[in-house]
Amino acid sequence: METNGYAISCQSVQKHYGEGETRIDALRGVDFEARFGELSFLVGPSGCGKTTLLCVIAGLLDRNGGDLTVLGEKPDELTDANRVLFRRKNLGFVFQQYNLLPALTAAENVSVPLLAAEVPRKQALDRAKSLLVRLGLEKRMDALPSKLSGGQQQRVALARALVHEPRIVVCDEPTAALDHATGEAVMDLLSSSAVKPDRAVVVVTHDSRVFHHAHSIARMDDGRIVEVTRPNGSHVEEVESFPKEAAL
Amino acid sequence: MNFVALRMLTGDRAKYFGLVFAIAFCTFLLENQTSIFANIMRRTGSQILDVTDAEVWVMDPKTEYWDQTKALKDTDLTRVRGVNGVGWAVRLFKGNPVARTSTGRFAASFLIGLDDATLAGAPRKMLLGSWERLREPESVVIDKAGYILLFPKEPLRLDRTLEMNDHLVRIVGISDASAPFQSLPVMHTRYSEAIGFVGRERTQLSFIIVRPVPGVTPKELTARIEAQTGLRARTTKEFTGDSIRYYLKNTGIPVNFGITILVALVVGTVVAGQTFYLFTVDNLKQFGALKAIGVTNLRLTGMILLQAFSVGALGFAVGTGMAASFFELTLHKIATRGIVLMWQCVGITGACIFFVVIVASVLSIRRVLVLEPAAVFQG
Repeated sequence: METNGYAISCQSVQKHYGEGETRIDALRGVDFEARFGELSFLVGPSGCGKTTLLCVIAGLLDRNGGDLTVLGEKPDELTDANRVLFRRKNLGFVFQQYNLLPALTAAENVSVPLLAAEVPRKQALDRAKSLLVRLGLEKRMDALPSKLSGGQQQRVALARALVHEPRIVVCDEPTAALDHATGEAVMDLLSSSAVKPDRAVVVVTHDSRVFHHAHSIARMDDGRIVEVTRPNGSHVEEVESFPKEAAL
Repeated sequence: MNFVALRMLTGDRAKYFGLVFAIAFCTFLLENQTSIFANIMRRTGSQILDVTDAEVWVMDPKTEYWDQTKALKDTDLTRVRGVNGVGWAVRLFKGNPVARTSTGRFAASFLIGLDDATLAGAPRKMLLGSWERLREPESVVIDKAGYILLFPKEPLRLDRTLEMNDHLVRIVGISDASAPFQSLPVMHTRYSEAIGFVGRERTQLSFIIVRPVPGVTPKELTARIEAQTGLRARTTKEFTGDSIRYYLKNTGIPVNFGITILVALVVGTVVAGQTFYLFTVDNLKQFGALKAIGVTNLRLTGMILLQAFSVGALGFAVGTGMAASFFELTLHKIATRGIVLMWQCVGITGACIFFVVIVASVLSIRRVLVLEPAAVFQG
């Protein structure tokens, strides 16, 4: 089902919250594609719809219009139960605030996606520990999140997103809560461990200091993609549908 | 994921112990108050239950409970003995004379006069001496609590004397009679002695206690006695129930205990239920993350139920332990002797806690099920 090397393909995706006078159009016809083997950035100012688009792609929010294909599947056509199973199997999440379970150790936190997939506890813990070793956290795997630094917590969160080997990893502001050096280290780790030929990584961020890690950068504003560029400097496209006056 | 649920539950020690304590406290209050109430009510019929020789009680038709007696005529005993199915029937006297010690200490008491020939109805649980010695003239058996009341801080000793209605009577035994509703000494003596120890009235026969012949049930016999004599006849169980019902109906005890139990139930269950619900609300972000990761609603429901029933079971066990310890401590005190933790109260309390756990779980589950996993991306 996957076509043209795209893991994610959005065509004119729309999403709004509320109705009537309180209606807010978060996505106003977004065209976005994420390729396998690439780190795709979604950037833009706060409130431009980056996180909403990420949630729609991840199947956490339903779209109100347009077309969405993820790994060749149309999430909207799946039942709720199958959508959860699809997400569990194919997606890994890295959140801005890490969202680690505070009562679990680093290794136990990493094992959660495997436990959710009914992997036996010992086996899940072994796989989690071996991944933490690869991410340089071998001495902190039994520590609770409260005993870890922000960078260490984000590395644990990254391990949790990767442990079940998903085909898509979505990251929401992974460096927002970190200082520059730690943010760089996390992005280095993300580039080296998450980017693989059969995996796509989508990162939502407005931290311009880490843009150089991206293979492609889709700039959003006011619910639309206004520009897509590549870090080598090539200007890929400027979205025609975006009103010029709004861009100004 | 069960271990994740349990670790989420126990991870924050302060919240966890708060939850356990809330349920334990609720359990303790409910079991404590309901048991004390039930035991006090049971005390209203304890002297009836202590008479193990007979199974049927005959009394004046207007008698409603143990402490209310109107004397029967001596001929009534003969009439009862004439009823078909009566194995034997003997007299039983109940009076309230004042007993006074040589030091001047005194107390009103329950005096039970037993049939002179058979001593039917004599206390069977003797701590010192023998009930057979009641055949001696001017003798009584007193219960331990009454002895301690009249002879405080003195060792249990036989052959001490009491003065009752100008009679000098000797203590020939110390029994372990059940505590009466009023904390008065319980004394047993022979019928002929008892009527002398109490101010003389024209008729003295308080009750006739009866045992049916084999093959006739106490219930059948009560019907026959009532039909043939016009007297009121009740089985031991019925008469005990009458006494309990009388106090329930005509005193403020049930209202007072009822209010306490209701407050314990409402406050305890609301606190316990709300604490658990707030625990889930506090953890919504974690549940949201689990939903985003791909944990199914069914699994999340199981996790919340596991958390609720774990904390409920532990809190109930701790609370029951606290209640059992309380009753163990007070069981041997004179004023509270015989008041025990009743299994029925444990069962009722368990049902209440189960209900609270179910309600709190349903509310918590609903909150988690309607939670949008996308919310985990918001801040």
